[in-house]
Amino acid sequence: MNAVILLIYNAVLNGTPLLFGTVGEVLTQKSGNMNLGVEGMMYMGGAVGLGAAFYYEKMAGAAASGPVAVILALIFAFLAGAVGALIYSFLTISLRANQNVTGLALAIFGTGAGQFIGEYMRTREGGYVAISNALKTAFQSSPFPKALQSVPVVGQLLFSYNIFVYIGFIIAIVMAVFFMRTRKGLNLRAVGESPATADAAGINITRYKYLATVIGGGISAIGGMVYIMTIAGCVWNHEGLAGEGWLAVALVIFCLWNPLNAIWGSTLFGALMILYMRLHLPIPDQLYKILPYIVTAIVLVVVSLRKKRENEPPASLGLAYFREDR
Amino acid sequence: MHEQKTPLIRLAKRGVMSPGRMWAIRGASFIVAILIGAILFLCLGHNPLEAYGTIVTGSLGKATAIRQTVKLAVPLLGTALALAPCFRMRYWNIGAEGQITAGAIAASYFALFWANRLSGPVLIPVMAVAGALFGGICALIPAFFKARWGTNETLFTLMMNYIVIGIVRWLQGGPWEGKPGSQIIPTFAKSAMLPKVFGIHIGWIIVLVLTVLMFIYMKYTKHGFEISVIGNSENTARYAGMNVGRIIMRTVFISGAICGLVGFVIVSGANGTLYDSAAGGVGFTAITVCWLAQLNPFAMVGISCLLGVLDKGADTLQTRMAVPASISDIITGIFLFCMLGCEFFINYRIILRGHKEAAEK
Amino acid sequence: MNARVCARERVTQLDEVHAIELRNITKRFGSVTANDNISLTIDRGRILSLLGENGSGKTSLMNMLSGIYYPDEGEILVGGKPVSIRSPRDAFENGIGMIHQHFKLVDVFTAAENIVLGLEEKGKFDRKAIAAKVREISDRYGFGIDPNKKVYDMSVSEKQTVEIVKVLYRGAEVLILDEPTAVLTPQETGKLFEILRAMRADNKTIVIITHKLNEVMEISDEVAVLRKGRYIGRVKTSETNPAALTEMMVGRAVSLNIDRPVPVDPKPRLKLNGVTVVDHEGVVKLDHISFTAYSGEILGVAGIAGSGQKELLEAIAGLYTIRSGNITYTPEGAKPQELVGKTPMQIRQAGVAMAFVPEDRLGMGLVGDMGMTGNMMLRSWLSGRSIFVNRKGPTELAKQVKERLEVLTPDIEYPVRRLSGGNVQKVLVGREIASAPSVLMSAYAVRGLDINTSYTIYNLMTEQKQKGVAVIFVGEDLDVLLELCDRILVLCGNRVSGIVDARTTTKEEIGLLMTRVGGGREDA
Repeated sequence: MNAVILLIYNAVLNGTPLLFGTVGEVLTQKSGNMNLGVEGMMYMGGAVGLGAAFYYEKMAGAAASGPVAVILALIFAFLAGAVGALIYSFLTISLRANQNVTGLALAIFGTGAGQFIGEYMRTREGGYVAISNALKTAFQSSPFPKALQSVPVVGQLLFSYNIFVYIGFIIAIVMAVFFMRTRKGLNLRAVGESPATADAAGINITRYKYLATVIGGGISAIGGMVYIMTIAGCVWNHEGLAGEGWLAVALVIFCLWNPLNAIWGSTLFGALMILYMRLHLPIPDQLYKILPYIVTAIVLVVVSLRKKRENEPPASLGLAYFREDR
Repeated sequence: MHEQKTPLIRLAKRGVMSPGRMWAIRGASFIVAILIGAILFLCLGHNPLEAYGTIVTGSLGKATAIRQTVKLAVPLLGTALALAPCFRMRYWNIGAEGQITAGAIAASYFALFWANRLSGPVLIPVMAVAGALFGGICALIPAFFKARWGTNETLFTLMMNYIVIGIVRWLQGGPWEGKPGSQIIPTFAKSAMLPKVFGIHIGWIIVLVLTVLMFIYMKYTKHGFEISVIGNSENTARYAGMNVGRIIMRTVFISGAICGLVGFVIVSGANGTLYDSAAGGVGFTAITVCWLAQLNPFAMVGISCLLGVLDKGADTLQTRMAVPASISDIITGIFLFCMLGCEFFINYRIILRGHKEAAEK
Repeated sequence: MNARVCARERVTQLDEVHAIELRNITKRFGSVTANDNISLTIDRGRILSLLGENGSGKTSLMNMLSGIYYPDEGEILVGGKPVSIRSPRDAFENGIGMIHQHFKLVDVFTAAENIVLGLEEKGKFDRKAIAAKVREISDRYGFGIDPNKKVYDMSVSEKQTVEIVKVLYRGAEVLILDEPTAVLTPQETGKLFEILRAMRADNKTIVIITHKLNEVMEISDEVAVLRKGRYIGRVKTSETNPAALTEMMVGRAVSLNIDRPVPVDPKPRLKLNGVTVVDHEGVVKLDHISFTAYSGEILGVAGIAGSGQKELLEAIAGLYTIRSGNITYTPEGAKPQELVGKTPMQIRQAGVAMAFVPEDRLGMGLVGDMGMTGNMMLRSWLSGRSIFVNRKGPTELAKQVKERLEVLTPDIEYPVRRLSGGNVQKVLVGREIASAPSVLMSAYAVRGLDINTSYTIYNLMTEQKQKGVAVIFVGEDLDVLLELCDRILVLCGNRVSGIVDARTTTKEEIGLLMTRVGGGREDA
């Protein structure tokens, strides 16, 4: 029983970076943009988010407050991803470049930029970038009172996560409501399904696409920051971050473009990533660690086998739109 | 409600542009990329001229430097060539990294366990064939599902990267480990190493031959024709009686096989052993080489050399000016963004308010 | 709601007669001038037909009113005031709504969702209130649409209805309909015209873009004619006749009769028996299709779009897996052979050719980025043992096709994507005819062509028929089918609902068959 709770707890924690990555990309793809640069944006978000917390503490010294550091890290990680997504948007929406290649370019650029920033901070700050334990607590412990956390079973399952888990859940739920229950959500979906239709209905395609992609990129990038500040223990660790962004893109397909599915989908993948530590099987750890990737491949195949109208990707995903096209 | 105003900026599709103007625009975007890079160096507090100078002298200043630059360019060119038919077919193979590694594993197997049984002239070709075969098979798995059920190949090929690299990590720490606990696979015997010409392993000759072959393959053969048709429209290909699925699998196998061959060149020529980052990002960077060259094999030679210069130069930059070497990825990204953006100016015209444009020829 | 109220107010201030005035409008696409200095007034409460051949610039001109294109020169006046229509939203605000030929609807949305799409009404997003309002409009003109039905479940005419309601919901006073009858049965067309008359009675202004003369005569008050991007003139419908209109449209007197020789010595060439195909989602696409196509005749295929036309041709060509039934093919002076189970390549080499023109003209039989040579090669690329492609034969063929069918291209290596629609189709049809087939299937071969080129294609078909080829001609325009074909097979709901003699049948009879599901009747 305890082992199961611990597994779920850790799965949720490990899945949270993926949740941000996925939900951000869902928003992007709903507008018809296939941004493969999630990996790059998560790197940028991770490095910049860490940098924001680190330099804030350096400036504020002992007066540094945990919540402020968290908010700064969130904002800067978001901005870093938004900048990456803005480059992507400008190239694909305004200049109508190929979305696949632009996304890949962003992945290369972003991983480079993230690593560069991480390394640069390290060399300038004397070989080690880390924040104090006091601040770490703000990033890694639950926002709920101790009493609530220590309720048996429920306490650990519901109230003991770090703040980002709850933020991620809220974003996913809000986004689902936005898609299904609001006019703007309807308009956005129309842009992704059929830009020509949306355009003829008087929707400003460019604005919707830019906003969805840039905000989506920002949300994805927060995932990178969450990884660095929680799982990686507030130090720059590009090895660990590698692959998260790509898994997030795969998860978008897995969760059928529905942010609510992303919640359990990311938890499932979080579980797969840590299973080798929790559930011992007679296979070497190194092979055990590739399990999430194998499962993703299988998921891709299963999704392609089962085709249903409502489960299809946005119909114009990956295509540029030019109104005067004949 | 609206005052009588025409929009500030309007777009219109262009007719056909002369090749001269087309390359002039591409050249201009190259210069823009260099300028953006210069701004980046300025922001970091370095003199851009000095930084670019360091990159050039660091990569081309001495014979040893040139050799190292060529060594970096060889796998890049080989992989870009491998990807060209896939991209022509609009099959987004981003699993070159894994296919290279798969080829490297197979080649390493023979280098490690057959070196005492086979002599050099036999061993090397066996390694090459094994590498190609393994790379091809690794590429074939996602291609099969793509051909059969239309499974998303972009992500599948990518997942294969992590799977194959995971296998190398296991080999490194397990069955193939040299000294127990070292996590390192032993160095190959001399007979398993590629011979050298002009002080560089003969991988460079292999990829140059491949360049010519790939050009002919894409342009003049039936296979090349089939690939172009499928890339344009799968429906048309079906109408023409092509077996689309089979052609996809065949092409991707060839692509993976060349990647595998590159993997063999890397372990047998450059590294002399196998480790998890043997491919070292080449699989991704090659995508950009391929695209920047507009899938033209000869243009790939130039661009992979350019990226080789950047890569090697960035190393020198790190030692001399303490700029992290990942700057080369950033600059590669900037180049790619600029080149991608410039295609717009080839395909569209911008009409500003107040400018009446003359009808174009 | 706001947009609508606005539009109403605007309308009351309108000039009594002219709803819209276009002054000296010019629009160019690259080197093509789509509209050359056009001036036109559109009167209130009337139905105006905008007549012209395909490619004469009718749609481009109207797209400038609906905000899809922006004019290069000239000005637009709504209610006597100059306006700038930069986007579809501006068009709504000026009370202009357009129903495009290719419906602009989101397939996975419901009717109501499509109708309110893009509106920025205040207050809560209340689906129930919206549905009620949609019903109210629907009842006023007698549309009868279900607000909660998904578009992908709708028939073509239902989709068109949704488009019209969408425009009315936004308070349009001027409705522009682009080729509204192209996809309708004669009966549906009649119903649409009733609705248009009801709207005219409601003082709405209506513009119909069309190239069908009989419809112009039936519905409109006035006709404006365009030719090759130029404004030719306007006439009152009551004071003109089809021949005079054709002359205005084409620029000279044209005989609109297709030469139709009686089939000589028809022999069964292709016999389908109970052919059933199912797509990969398990939906039946052809349901026990049986008929015989004879040598030396043109068999027309009529039906509402998506009744199985595409699948029928693809099944014969071997591109669809056939679940049951057989296809017997008897070439001239040879033994009958079974086509089911053969590869597309084998079927084609046996002499069955197909020219399918899809909506975007490319993508089904042509490679847009290649020149004529490359596209000719699509037929012969596999010939010979060499691993290299033979370019000589295709180059020769390209030259021949270019010359014989007068294909306008700067060079045979010039990408066909950049050719005009008619020339693209000539390349496709020319290639298929050049293979000297004994069965020639064509679908939508005259899609989007001007009258002259259309007749070139009809003549080519007739020529093939006289050579003893069995021609299967899938068409959209019933008038053409009635004049060109010897027999007409009608598809409805993926079944054969009837086969009629084209010389004796009527449009109404075919129209009824198009909507009535018949059995898989054996063709005697």
